[in-house]
Amino acid sequence: MKPSVKMLATMAAAVAAFAMPVGASAETIKLGLVTTFTTSAGAGGEATKRGVDLALEMLGKKMGGHDIELLVEDDGLKPEIGKQKTDKLILQDRVDFLLGYNYSNVLLASFPSAVENETFIISTNAGPHQLAGDYCNPWFFAVGFQNGQAPAAVGHVLNEAGTKSIYALAPNYAAGKDMVEGVISTFEGEVVGTSMTKWPDQLDFSSELASVRAANPEAVFVFYPPAHALQFVTQYQQAGLKETIPLYSVYTFDALTIPSIGEPAIGAQMALFWSIDLENEANRKFVEAFRAKYNRNPSNFAATAYDTVMLIDSVVRKLDGDMSDKDAVRAALKAADFSSVRGNFRFGNNHFPIHDFYQIEVVQGEDGELTTKIVKKVLSDFQDVYAGNCSMN
Amino acid sequence: MRKQLVSFAILIGLLCAVPPIAYWLDDPFLLSLASRCLILASAAVATNLIMGYGGLISLGHAVFIGIGGYVVGIASHHAFNDGMTWLSNGLLQLVAVLLLSVLVALFVGLVSLRTKGIYFLMITLAIGQMFYLAAVGAYDYGGDDGITVFAKSRFLGQALSGHYLIYWVSAAYLTASMFLVARLSSSRFGLVLRSAKVNEARTRAMGYEPFRVRLVAFTVAGVIAGGAGFLMANHAGFVSPAMLHWTRSGDLIVMVVLGGLGSVFGPLAGTVAFLALEEVLSGITEYWAIPVGAILIAVALYTPQGVMGLLSRRRNHG
Amino acid sequence: MPDTATLLFLEQSLNALQFGMMLFMITAGLTLVFGIMDLVNLAHGSQFMFGAFIAAWVAGETGNFYLAVVVAIVLTMALGFLMEVTVLRHFYKRHHLDQVLVTFGFILILNEVARALWGAQGLSLALPDALNRSVPLLPGLDYSLYRFVFIVCGIVVSVFLYVLIVKTRIGMLIRAGASDRDMVRGLGVNIGLLFTFVFGLGAALAGLSGALAAPIMSATIGMGEPILIIAFVVIVLGGVGNVKGAFWAALLIGFIDTLGRSYMAAIISFLAGDSVSAALAPSLSGMLIYLLMACVLVVRPEGLFARRAG
Repeated sequence: MKPSVKMLATMAAAVAAFAMPVGASAETIKLGLVTTFTTSAGAGGEATKRGVDLALEMLGKKMGGHDIELLVEDDGLKPEIGKQKTDKLILQDRVDFLLGYNYSNVLLASFPSAVENETFIISTNAGPHQLAGDYCNPWFFAVGFQNGQAPAAVGHVLNEAGTKSIYALAPNYAAGKDMVEGVISTFEGEVVGTSMTKWPDQLDFSSELASVRAANPEAVFVFYPPAHALQFVTQYQQAGLKETIPLYSVYTFDALTIPSIGEPAIGAQMALFWSIDLENEANRKFVEAFRAKYNRNPSNFAATAYDTVMLIDSVVRKLDGDMSDKDAVRAALKAADFSSVRGNFRFGNNHFPIHDFYQIEVVQGEDGELTTKIVKKVLSDFQDVYAGNCSMN
Repeated sequence: MRKQLVSFAILIGLLCAVPPIAYWLDDPFLLSLASRCLILASAAVATNLIMGYGGLISLGHAVFIGIGGYVVGIASHHAFNDGMTWLSNGLLQLVAVLLLSVLVALFVGLVSLRTKGIYFLMITLAIGQMFYLAAVGAYDYGGDDGITVFAKSRFLGQALSGHYLIYWVSAAYLTASMFLVARLSSSRFGLVLRSAKVNEARTRAMGYEPFRVRLVAFTVAGVIAGGAGFLMANHAGFVSPAMLHWTRSGDLIVMVVLGGLGSVFGPLAGTVAFLALEEVLSGITEYWAIPVGAILIAVALYTPQGVMGLLSRRRNHG
Repeated sequence: MPDTATLLFLEQSLNALQFGMMLFMITAGLTLVFGIMDLVNLAHGSQFMFGAFIAAWVAGETGNFYLAVVVAIVLTMALGFLMEVTVLRHFYKRHHLDQVLVTFGFILILNEVARALWGAQGLSLALPDALNRSVPLLPGLDYSLYRFVFIVCGIVVSVFLYVLIVKTRIGMLIRAGASDRDMVRGLGVNIGLLFTFVFGLGAALAGLSGALAAPIMSATIGMGEPILIIAFVVIVLGGVGNVKGAFWAALLIGFIDTLGRSYMAAIISFLAGDSVSAALAPSLSGMLIYLLMACVLVVRPEGLFARRAG
C-alpha cells in the first residue's frame, strides 16, 4: 500500500477519535470542571474535585430537581491545554457552566473562549488582577478570592502586632508578585528585604534563608503554594529561624500541607477568608460531611469549590433549570443567594468576592492533630483594590 | 518527484475534508483542535529540517515559536490598552516576525553551531532558558501570566479569527512549509546538509562548508517556527512564557521522532500521533502519562523510523 | 567577632559547597553512564526522585533515617537494573535521539507511578533529632548540622569513586571502556556485565543523592527534571565521562548559582539602582549558570575539560 493511502487511513482514524460530540438532554445541567491533576500542583486540583464531588453528593446530584452532569478535565498546569479542554467543554460538550482553574495563567488562556462563546466561567481559585480590573468581564465570576486580598489582611495583622520590619519571600511568578505587593500595600513598617525565588524549579532556599538571617527582620512574610510549602517550612525550621523569627504567610499552610509539614508548622500565622473552625451552619455541615466522606480535613481549595457548586445550585433553582436567558443567569449569579461556608459573601461590581478576613494560627488540636484556628477577624466586607478599574457595575 | 506531488495532492485533499466533516458533525471543536495540530506540525516541520536532515538536536527551538507569538501578543497589548491599533496590522507583524526570527537565528546559530552533539543540545537549552526567563521577568507583558490577545492580527481589515478562517490559514501554512522543506531537502543545499550530518570531513573535502549550510538551515527553520508562533497566538488568543520552555522544544523533538526523522510527512504524522495520544488518553484515565510513556518506549524499541517507518516498508529517504 | 557581611558570605559559601556536593553526587552517575555507554539517560532525574520518595516513605514508616537511606540506595539500584535489563541495554548502539525518546518515556511513567504510589502532595522526611540542629561554627554563625553532614557525605562519595575508578580492577575496566569500548570487548571482558554494573552504580548514586536531599527538599513529583538539566550543564563543563571534571564543575556551579542568587540583587542595585534590580535580579540570577555554560561553549566548543578522544 502506498504510504499516502495508509496515511489517509491513519488521519481518518485520528479525526474519528476526536469527533465525539455528546448528545445532551435539555433538562440536564452540565458542569465542566477544569483543574490541575498531574504535576506536583496536583494536590490542589484533587482537593478542588473533592469539594465539587461532596457538594454534588449533598445535593443528591440534582439541582432543583434537574439532573447534573459533571465533566472533568486536567489542564496539566499548561495554559494551552487548559484552553483546549475549555474549548472542548464549550464547543463539543456544551456545558452550561465552566468551573475550576487553580492557576492564573491557565485561567487567562481559557477565559477568552468562554467569552467568545457566551459561556459562564467561574474560578474556584485563581484570582488574577487582570480579571478584577481592566479586563473584568460579564461572563467571568470568581468565587475564590482576589490574589491581593489575603496578603493585605496579613499586613493589617502585622501592624496590629506592632511589627516594625519584615522580610518577604515568594516564588517569582505573577501570583507570587501579587502576594508580596499585597502585603506591602498595607504594612506600615519597613521591608528590609525581598527574595523572589525561581519558580517552579527552586526547591532549596538555603541562600535566601541566609539572607533573611543577615537582614534580621522582626517577622518573615512568605507565600509558597502547596507545591513548595513543604520545602520552605522544613528548611526554615532546619535553619533555626523558626525559634527566632515569627512566620506570617498566605496560602502556604492548609489542610494539604500541614499534615506533611508536621510539627514545624505549629505557631505559623496567616490570614484567610475561611478556616475549618469558622462558626456558621453551612461550614459546620460542610466540614462534617467532608470528614465523613474523605476521612481528612478540607482545605480552602475544597471550600471554595463547594461554594461554587452551591452558588450554581442557587442559580439553577431560581431559574428552574432554564439556562437560556443569559442575562437572567448572570443576575442570579450576581445575587449569590446561597449559604457560603465562609458566612459573609457577596460579589463586587467586578464579580470578585467581598468577604471577611481572619487571622489564623496553626495549632495542635485537642485530638492531637494539627489544624488551623481563628485568632480573630481582621477585615470585614473586604473588597479587592482593582474593583475601581473595572467598568462594570 | 512525481510521487511526492501525488502525496501532496492527497494531503491537500485530506486537509480540505476536515472543515466539511466538522460542519456536518456540528463540532467546531474539531476544527480548533485540528488547527492547533496543524500549527504545531509546522513547527515540527521546522524541527525536522534541522534535526532530521541537519542532525542538529536543539532544545531551544521553541524560542522561535515564542518570538512569533510575542510579536502578536505585545502588539495586541499596546493596540488594546494604548489604542495603537496600527500595530494590529498583520503584514507589519509578519515582517517583524521574519526580521526577529532571522536575527535571533543568526545570533543563536553563530554562537552554537560550532559545537556538536550534547554540547549543541546544552547550549541551545541554555539560550532557550535565557529567553524563557526573560519572558517570565517581563512583568509589563504579564510575566508568566502571559498576554491575552484581544486584538488579533488584521489583514486588509479582516481579523484572523474564527474557527474556519484560522483552519484554512493553518492548513495553507503547513502545506507551504512542508513543500518548502521537501524542495530544500532534495535540492543541492539539502544534499550538502544531509551529507554534513553523515560525514562532515568528507563534505568539507568536497569543497562545501557545513557551518554555512547549517546556519542557513537553522535560519529557515527559525523563520518557519516563528510563523507557527504567529498563528498560534491568533488561534489560542493567548501567549505566555510557557511557549518558550525547553520542554516545548522537547515535545517537538518527540513529535518528529515519533513521526519519522527526515521524512517529508513524518512531522505531521508525529504531531497527529502525539496530540491524539494526549487527547484520547487523558479522557480515559487520570494516569494517562503512563500509557503515553509506554508507547514512546515501544516506538523507540520496535519502530525506530517512527510512524512513517511503519507506514512504508522501505526506508523513507524523504 | 566577624561582622554580619562576612558571616553571611561564609554561610553562603557553605550553602554553595553543599549545593555543589549534591550536584556532584547526582552528576557522577550520569556522566559515567554517558561516558562509558554513550547513553543519554534522561530518566536519571527520575531515579533521583525515586530515591527521595523511597527514603521519605521508609523513614515515615520505620522512623529510622539511616535505614531509609540504605533502602533507598538498594531499591533505586534495583530499579536501575530493571530498566537496564529490560529496555535500555538495547539502546547502547542506537542514536542519541532514540535514547532521548525511550528515557523520556520512562520519565513520564516514573512520575505517574510515583504519583500513584505516594500521591501528588509529596512526602517530607523529618530528620532524627540528633541531626536536626544547628551547630555554632563561629560566633554568630550557626549552620545546619545536616547540611554539614551532607557536605561530608559528598566528600566521602568522591573519595569512594576516586578509589573505585583509579585503584580497582573494575575501575580500570571503566576507564578503559570510557576510552575505547571495542578494545575492552576485544580483550574478552564481559562488556554486558560491566555496562549493567555501571548503570546500577549510576542509579545507586542517584538514589543516594535523592535520599540525602529528601530531608531538605522533600520528595515531590517531577523534582528530578530541573536537577537533570543542571546535571547536564555540569557534564558539559566537566567533560563527558570525566568524574574528576564533574567534581570541579559541580563545585563551580554550586558557587556561581548560590552566591549569584544572594548577591545579584545587591550588585545590580549598585550598578543600576534599586528599581532595575527589583525587576531584573530574580530572572538574571536564574540565568547565571546558563550564561556561564553558553560563554564556556562559545570559547571552547569542546567543553572545559575536554579529554575524550572522539
